[in-house]
Amino acid sequence: MADPLRQLHAAHELDDDPDGSGQRRFDELIATDSRIEPSDWMPAAYRKTLVRQISQHANSEIIGMQPEGNWITRAPSLKRKAILMAKVQDEAGHGLYLYSAAQTLGTDRDTMFENLITGKAKYSSIFNYTTPTWADMGSIGWLVDGAAICNQVPLCRASYGPYGRAMVRICKEESFHQRQGFEILLELMRGTPAQQQMAQESVNRWYAPALMMFGPPDADSPNSQQSMAWKIKRFSNDELRQRFVDMLVPQAEILGVTLPDPDLKWNEERGHYDFGELDWAEFTEVLAGRGPANAIRVSRRRTAHENGEWVRAAARAYADKQSADGQSADRQTNQAPAHEWMAS
Amino acid sequence: MTSPGDSGEREQWPLWEVFIRSSRGLSHVHAGSLHAPDETMAVRNARDLYTRRAEGVSIWVVRASAITASDPDAKGAFFESPQGKEYRHATYYTESDTVPHL
Amino acid sequence: MSGHSNRAISTALTPESIRQTITETDAGADDAVARYALGLGDDALVLAQRLGEWVTNAPELEEDVALANIGLDLLGHARSLLTYAGSAWGQSEDDLAYFRDEAQFTNRQLFEQPNGDFAQTIARQLIASAYFIGLYRELSASADPLLAGIAAKALKEVDYHLDHSEQWLLRLGHGTAESHRRMQRGLDAMWVFVDELFTDDAIPGDEDAAPLAGIAVAPSSLRAGFDALVPRLITQAGLTVPTAPSARGGGRQGSHTEYLGPILAEMQVLARAHPGASW
Repeated sequence: MADPLRQLHAAHELDDDPDGSGQRRFDELIATDSRIEPSDWMPAAYRKTLVRQISQHANSEIIGMQPEGNWITRAPSLKRKAILMAKVQDEAGHGLYLYSAAQTLGTDRDTMFENLITGKAKYSSIFNYTTPTWADMGSIGWLVDGAAICNQVPLCRASYGPYGRAMVRICKEESFHQRQGFEILLELMRGTPAQQQMAQESVNRWYAPALMMFGPPDADSPNSQQSMAWKIKRFSNDELRQRFVDMLVPQAEILGVTLPDPDLKWNEERGHYDFGELDWAEFTEVLAGRGPANAIRVSRRRTAHENGEWVRAAARAYADKQSADGQSADRQTNQAPAHEWMAS
Repeated sequence: MTSPGDSGEREQWPLWEVFIRSSRGLSHVHAGSLHAPDETMAVRNARDLYTRRAEGVSIWVVRASAITASDPDAKGAFFESPQGKEYRHATYYTESDTVPHL
Repeated sequence: MSGHSNRAISTALTPESIRQTITETDAGADDAVARYALGLGDDALVLAQRLGEWVTNAPELEEDVALANIGLDLLGHARSLLTYAGSAWGQSEDDLAYFRDEAQFTNRQLFEQPNGDFAQTIARQLIASAYFIGLYRELSASADPLLAGIAAKALKEVDYHLDHSEQWLLRLGHGTAESHRRMQRGLDAMWVFVDELFTDDAIPGDEDAAPLAGIAVAPSSLRAGFDALVPRLITQAGLTVPTAPSARGGGRQGSHTEYLGPILAEMQVLARAHPGASW
């Protein structure tokens, strides 16, 4: 068989669908709500859109570890410390699942990661905000993860198979993330006046940025139409945002926090909550790199990567030496290590 | 054709495909992939990454580059033949539907 | 040392279930057992805190996940042990973790040492894990059913931790000239804290250790197992077993290196700003 890499890229590098049969097959799969798999012919623009979206999603998980990682060492109870550590660890896992999905499209992880730490690749703007108080751990879980879940649940049915499968695993694991955030806020709202204030101020900080996570209004989101036609995206930005607000209002009532929007009110006619105009100028600013922590987020990841270079190189060198020696390691490496001295 | 996503030697650590047996009596099922410098570390990374919630009792890893796949361009030739051979399935035999223990 | 009930093992898996067992059976630790459990709990807590510092900083994403797993295991051990210890004094795991000062922490000094580079962390984890394996193996046969249950669960976890350290020891020892140099330096830096792990410190205020016979494990009894294993692993990795003189030790008596204070300052800052608050 010919060079597999060449084959993998052939679909979008060459005009390899001269008779249009690839396109017809692709259209048919999309129309019947089937899934596109890595080895299928796909339009170059579909592939490009997916690589961009999935790698941005992966980058967001990885950068998103930082605002919460900020509080692991200071979590105010050991139970909260354990939960937070498990959650941030999950985010690393989710980043890895997503990089794997993107890699099936022919862009390797080292390249995607390189793009992230050199500032070429994007990630969700929300993670450029900072976490000055513990209550932000609650708001991130309740609002940011809540918005992310709204976005992600429909992505489990995304037309690209590996993306949908990664999202299924992620959604399953994330079900605790939003709840633990809600419970952090609930505990604070039941607590001292200082704790209640901490919670309210944090919700004030995160509410609008969380709503903006769904992206610009539909009218200003030209790419959305194509993504919906390709069944990567299943609902428009505004539809998802509305769904999210409708869910938040009763939850905020249970918490006893006020959502910082004077225009928020039930619209009997629409059967939805109306809400105020969001400050898209701020969104654009943060997106353009002028958020509270853009440079810090990227440089922190870059530093970790650079500091780890000698470790990765050592492991690679060891593997190369082992295979050069013709030594085949014990195949059953999943056996429990035998420490004979312990068998007293 | 190797595993989709294999990047050959371009990456510092190669790509591995991970298969998990979720409980005794079941087959190993593809769970996803990861990067690791060698097979020993790949199994460990798989344990840490794919069994954090007790999802498995056994793990296989295989280098993505070691997987041979059917040719995507030969789908028709590969998978057409079973079509039309419904007699390989029990449901084809309707006369015996009502006979017990058949 | 004999027969702990199966029930104790199955209920000793989480801090919550330990708390429940203690309440239901009115089986709180007595003072001497509590002080013993506190020392072990502090060891695990301080090391878990150190590993928490690695999250988002590991050499590769897969390793971020691996180090967090180890940290979470250790944090679990700490919570169980502190919960049990606190039962003697009407204190919760958090009372003990957040509202004691440096001199009241009884962890041994190895565990508070800084992460340094990845090699130093691996050196610290190698020593710690080999020590924990011997400890928990013996402790799982303790006459105290709760200690035995906590140890039995912990044993399987620290066995994996040792394997993780062993794998990296091999790779860093044999990998590149730089990794070899760093791994040796990490071992040299951590080795001075080995002797303290196996010192039979008297428990403060209870110099007569006899009441804990059959319950606690004498650290000195674990030395031979450690010596039979760790130097061999170091040699297999092409590295040299360090010979530097030992540090003075004294962690069990509340005597610490300069590193513990800042760890606690960070860990306790929020809890102490809101005394009495619930989180």
